[in-house]
Amino acid sequence: MNLQIVMLLGQDGVTNGAIYALLALSILLVFTVTRILLIPQGEFVSFAALTMAAMQSGTPVRMGWLLVALALAAVALDLYDAARGKGRWRPRGAALAMLAYAAAVTALTGLVPLDKAGVAVQALLTVALVVPLGPLLYRVFYQPIAAAHSLVLLIVSIAVHVVLVGAGLLMFGPEGARTEPFSEEGLSIGMVTLNSQTLWVVAVSLLLIVLLYAFFERTLYGKALRAAAVNRLGAELVGISPEIAGKASFGLAALIGGLSGILIAPITTIYFDSGFIISLKGFVGAIIGGMASYPVAALGALFIGQAESFSTFWASSYKEVIVFTLILPVLLWRSLSHKGAEDEE
Amino acid sequence: MFGRRFAYSLLFSALMVGTAHVQVAQAQVKVGVVTSSTGPIALVGIPQKNSVPLLPTTVAGKSVQYITLDDASDPTATVSAFKKLITEEKVDAIIGPSGSPNAMGVIQFAAEAGVPMLAPVGTAAVVLPMNDQKKWVFKTTQNDDLIAAALIEHMAKTGITSVGFVGTADPYGDNWLKVFSEQAAKQNIKVVASERFQRQDTSLTAQSLKIIAANPQAVLIAAPGSSSVLPQTTLVDQGFRGKFYQTHGAALPDFLKLGGRKVEGTILAASLMLVLDQVGDNHPSKKVASDYVAAYEKANGSKPATFGANVFDAGLLLERAIPVALKSGEPGSPAFRSALRDALEQVKELPATQGVYNLTPADHSGFDERGRELITVSKGTWTLVK
Repeated sequence: MNLQIVMLLGQDGVTNGAIYALLALSILLVFTVTRILLIPQGEFVSFAALTMAAMQSGTPVRMGWLLVALALAAVALDLYDAARGKGRWRPRGAALAMLAYAAAVTALTGLVPLDKAGVAVQALLTVALVVPLGPLLYRVFYQPIAAAHSLVLLIVSIAVHVVLVGAGLLMFGPEGARTEPFSEEGLSIGMVTLNSQTLWVVAVSLLLIVLLYAFFERTLYGKALRAAAVNRLGAELVGISPEIAGKASFGLAALIGGLSGILIAPITTIYFDSGFIISLKGFVGAIIGGMASYPVAALGALFIGQAESFSTFWASSYKEVIVFTLILPVLLWRSLSHKGAEDEE
Repeated sequence: MFGRRFAYSLLFSALMVGTAHVQVAQAQVKVGVVTSSTGPIALVGIPQKNSVPLLPTTVAGKSVQYITLDDASDPTATVSAFKKLITEEKVDAIIGPSGSPNAMGVIQFAAEAGVPMLAPVGTAAVVLPMNDQKKWVFKTTQNDDLIAAALIEHMAKTGITSVGFVGTADPYGDNWLKVFSEQAAKQNIKVVASERFQRQDTSLTAQSLKIIAANPQAVLIAAPGSSSVLPQTTLVDQGFRGKFYQTHGAALPDFLKLGGRKVEGTILAASLMLVLDQVGDNHPSKKVASDYVAAYEKANGSKPATFGANVFDAGLLLERAIPVALKSGEPGSPAFRSALRDALEQVKELPATQGVYNLTPADHSGFDERGRELITVSKGTWTLVK
């Protein structure tokens, strides 16, 4: 093991760790605002990667149909609520607008030849397809049971994850796919060549983290979300809608997941069911942060990336065992140092 | 009084018709098919499920009914599917399942019920070592050692003495490492590094670095489906310039699509399906395989992966064995199933899509060197090594 190998492994760990950090942040965001453990977070990643790959290979992009189906379900749920007298009788424009949007994007991806459109356009369209998935999932699956026990929410999360993996198999097929790299050049520093994709991943991750920070510190919506995370009842009393907060946090999670998918797709082969294991590592990062602290979660995720990279080098057969065993000492330490501090539920 | 007698006779005749009807139903051969058309190994199961409509529907005047179930790649679901087929549907034979772990788990149930099982799976462990349970199992894929022998022969011929191994951390990779190391040792080829990975791994940098550090002349990658691509592209990206060998697991169109320029020159051994148009017309399998590929393409709009052909071959084996077994009993009876098993064991010189079957009581896979071709990637297409 020489310096060059250490540098290469480190670079690999940083690339994966940055992705895990993004996912850790979005899992944490959704959990603090809605108490939902977002198991389907990984599906945003794999769906974005596979949608992008489908665009580049010229195969039909079927992602839009999932949006249309979910938007239809959302409209039906609104109608059902109204019929039972629970909802307000004024027309719910949001669900209909979402349906129109889903239909428009589906038509666009179906009619325009996208394989020659260029990476930027493809990436934009992919984001446009993946982000609405977040609020729609919240509306259809979680909003009707928003007040339920967090264990129920977790079980629903697992169910949604399983359903989405099945939908992924239908939409993208069983084979893996990979997209073209954004650029071929690397950056040489001394004897180590930095992969251009690594630079992209790190740059976009940093940018996203800065933007998220600015959003939560400087904007009214961001502050409202933070308020909902700190105390849900209090936030509701001062007029912050829990529905909007839930949808916004799911939308952000989908955006982060989608961008991660676009970033990771040129590095590796993504399958319809790859998302889960990626987001699971983000989840480990979030646990290291105690499901509460953003900076610690991000650092934890970066650490997971490094641990994964180096443990693969030493014992590739036991890599997952090593990575997921790391969670044990952290949990032990947390349970010893935080006596009874997490009794909110 | 007359009325009541009339009613009885009506009831009696109705019963007679009923039993007659049951006898008609038994006159057809029932075959269960279990595939993993959803779940992690769906890439194997989907072409297999799509091949079922192409299987023979009439054999020796009897109609053959196929009952297809999906096990979602879950070994537990495979067991319940098998039990359902055996106890409720009373099938005469079962084709499937798709995955090696799934197959290992159901052998005992097929053997206890005395139902021949034709497994289109990769691992040789389902038929080796032969015992009282495994004698009910037939395997419609080439054994790993047959493929490995072809690769090792090529290595020895081109003067390769050190090989790095990258395989999946599952039974497929395990068995390949075992079979390959044993055979390679006999030819004085050393396995200098062996690394494992998971199909869903996002990075193989660490494994490749370790392989490169060991500095082998060639690398053998043993992974099923498109997961065989990432190790090779990573190694090329990191500057490995040796020869690449792949197993029959890589023998599918996506390998070329995902690998692009980086898989140029790869050597692999697989059935003739990849290079049908380059194989001589005298190859006994050429016509069967071309017909199958054409029929599959017509029905599904795409070329089949070899996994589908393994199921089709199971149908061909049954087509050969059912007429013999019919002499010993009616379909649906234990005598028929047992005779079917004996008949399958006696199949000789049956040309199928993957090669020529010669089954014996000791060898329930039955391929010889006609079941493999040495293939390379040249200018982005599969090319037969002459």
